[in-house]
Amino acid sequence: MSSETKQILTTDGIPLEVSLKKAERKNKIKAFLLVAPLLFFLIITYVFPIGDMLFRSIDDKMVTQMLPKTFKAMENWDGQELPEEEVFAAFHEDFIKLVEDKREGKLSTQLNYTKNGFKSIIKKLRRKSKSFEEGNYKEQIMSVHKRWADVEYWRAIKRRAPEFTSQKYLKGMDMYVNEEGKIVSVEEDRRIHRVLWLRTLEIAFFVTVFCFLMAYPIAHLLATLPMKYSNLLMICVLLPFWTSLLVRTASWMILLQQQGIVNDFFVGIGLVADDNRPEMMYNKTGSYVAMTQILLPFMVLPLYSVMKTISPSLMRAGKSLGGTPFVAFWKVYFPLTIPGIGAGCLLVFILAIGYYITPALVGGASGTLISNQIAFHMKSTLDWSFASAMGLMLLSGVLVIYWLYNKIVGIDNIKLG
Amino acid sequence: MPVNKEFVKFDKVDKSYDGKVLVVKDLQLNIAEGEFITMLGPSGSGKTTCLMMLAGFETPTNGEIYLDGNAISSIPPHKRGIGMVFQNYALFPHMTVYENLAFPLRVRKIPKDEADKKIDKALSMVSLQGFAARMPGQLSGGQQQRVAVARSLVFDPQLVLMDEPLGALDKNLRESMQYEIKHIHESIGVTVVYVTHDQSEALTMSNRIAVFNDGKVQQLSSPDELYEKPVNSFVAEFIGENNTFNGEVSDISGEKCKVKLANAEIIANPISVKSKGDRTKVSLRPERALINPKDKMDNIHNGKIEEVIYHGDHTRVRINLLGNPEFILKVPNSSANLDIKLGNEIKIGWNSQDARALDPK
Repeated sequence: MSSETKQILTTDGIPLEVSLKKAERKNKIKAFLLVAPLLFFLIITYVFPIGDMLFRSIDDKMVTQMLPKTFKAMENWDGQELPEEEVFAAFHEDFIKLVEDKREGKLSTQLNYTKNGFKSIIKKLRRKSKSFEEGNYKEQIMSVHKRWADVEYWRAIKRRAPEFTSQKYLKGMDMYVNEEGKIVSVEEDRRIHRVLWLRTLEIAFFVTVFCFLMAYPIAHLLATLPMKYSNLLMICVLLPFWTSLLVRTASWMILLQQQGIVNDFFVGIGLVADDNRPEMMYNKTGSYVAMTQILLPFMVLPLYSVMKTISPSLMRAGKSLGGTPFVAFWKVYFPLTIPGIGAGCLLVFILAIGYYITPALVGGASGTLISNQIAFHMKSTLDWSFASAMGLMLLSGVLVIYWLYNKIVGIDNIKLG
Repeated sequence: MPVNKEFVKFDKVDKSYDGKVLVVKDLQLNIAEGEFITMLGPSGSGKTTCLMMLAGFETPTNGEIYLDGNAISSIPPHKRGIGMVFQNYALFPHMTVYENLAFPLRVRKIPKDEADKKIDKALSMVSLQGFAARMPGQLSGGQQQRVAVARSLVFDPQLVLMDEPLGALDKNLRESMQYEIKHIHESIGVTVVYVTHDQSEALTMSNRIAVFNDGKVQQLSSPDELYEKPVNSFVAEFIGENNTFNGEVSDISGEKCKVKLANAEIIANPISVKSKGDRTKVSLRPERALINPKDKMDNIHNGKIEEVIYHGDHTRVRINLLGNPEFILKVPNSSANLDIKLGNEIKIGWNSQDARALDPK
């Protein structure tokens, strides 16, 4: 017992633990320096942009900073009736300053996100405000346009007072905070995002299923064929992988269009009438076909790497013990490929859920995904905070799927190679 | 009940994979019920192919295999009811030991309580009681091997095939497993066909050994006969150690023949030489030659000791004898009083009965 509690010393009399740490410190520093470039790179290209995105999606300081006096004056306003003169005066003061800085356009864009109709009345106000007289701003502003006399618009302005907001996230789910401050859904005919989310999940799910159904036999063949054939087959699998995504998508456009090769073939063998060619592009079918083909290698490779490690003698053992070929496959081979199936499905699903170029080109209106909407807001409406919010919703969706996968299958049950 | 002498019968079986080379040539082999037969041979000799044909994973190119009188070439493996132990055990890694053993019983729809009894019995046979809940990955190589043996026996097959089952084990474990498998075979009387390239394994375990080479059975006989009386020089060289003299028959009469070497003449036992002038290879086991023989032996020659290697229980002595510098003698350690020193000239003697004049090859 005493030898266990006694501290072990090296021959120099230094405690062994200290000596060991000292000896290993150099190695630890070396190891850290080796990973440092990657760590640095990841922080700059990954952690920082995601953090920025998160911030952008909830940041609402812009309006707060543009109308500081207005919001201060609005603090005591209950939002029931039109605000008092002091609010109008403060708004006028803020607005004149914005006009001087030529920033009133930004204000109109921002307020327009909250309520449609701000753009025109702010333009009008800018023109008219040059001839405003001192005092009684309430009357003067209200006379510019009848919407300035509508309490709804003033409530909309007040809703932009807080520095942080969740409204982008609500908008991403087709919801908003109404006049009474309650979270409600938008009218049925204006719900566009929910449909897109559901469609994204649906397309990603079915693309994963199709990829799985097609990749499993290919991977099995790859893993069991003799080397010279399997290498050739492997190249066939990888060749599309090395071709540009755009080229592959464009070639699907050539194949699938109404006057395209596939339709010509169907007409040629008499499957469909010439004047009744099916639409296989610019709808969901196009997205399914092209995405399945493009994502197939991501399913084949993990499956192949797992199947390669399964000894053929296991199937033989299953059969020699009396299992029919199907039983041997289902009870022995299939369970052993589950890590590969998990890896492949997770990979394909996550890639499919964020797919962008292919659905944009062959998906048409009914085949586009949420990522196309994100891109639309990044490029066309320039509502970056909304795009960020949707991006983060997508990211959290992926994390939820990852979590679910971990719960159901176990993440250590995954094998990428 | 008389034992079925032709429980397994290979009838003129040929096998070729590519249509050019025959891996198995005109195989004729009968295996009796309850027998432990070993197919022994170098790699590529066709022994594993024979086993795979019997198991049903390969089909004979020509000929037929009979199991208990029935032709089985067209029966798929899962309907043959043959137990098999694979080279790398082939335990199902995602199932526990219990589930592995239950697999053949479940596919046969044996009720659970009966299956449990059989599994218990099989596990106790390989002394692995209490291991039922373990995963194969948690077992040592020897334990995995025993599970594989238990699994191949649990559904009471009449025939069990073993494909180099001990190849992956270390030497000590391999030896103890050899005895264990042998005892299991003796206690349940199942017919075993065992494939190995390890001759000591074959000699220890089998009732009969079929030595394969070049797609053919070179000799089929009991271990002692195989060792003592090899019928050709391949078997003589493949099994055990062997001293050889190449020469030409100069005289032959009944049980004896004279073989003329480069610069001497020895007396040998004519096995595959027929007449004067035949080329021959004379084979002599190292332990059959004695130093300074006291008995009267019909071959006594002088040789020079070239090398002495101590082996614990015996000493190996390499002697330059009659122009063969690789002549090996095994001297038991008890005879250390003999004058075995490097460079000494000594007298070596053997009986002509033990010097077998085989084919020259």
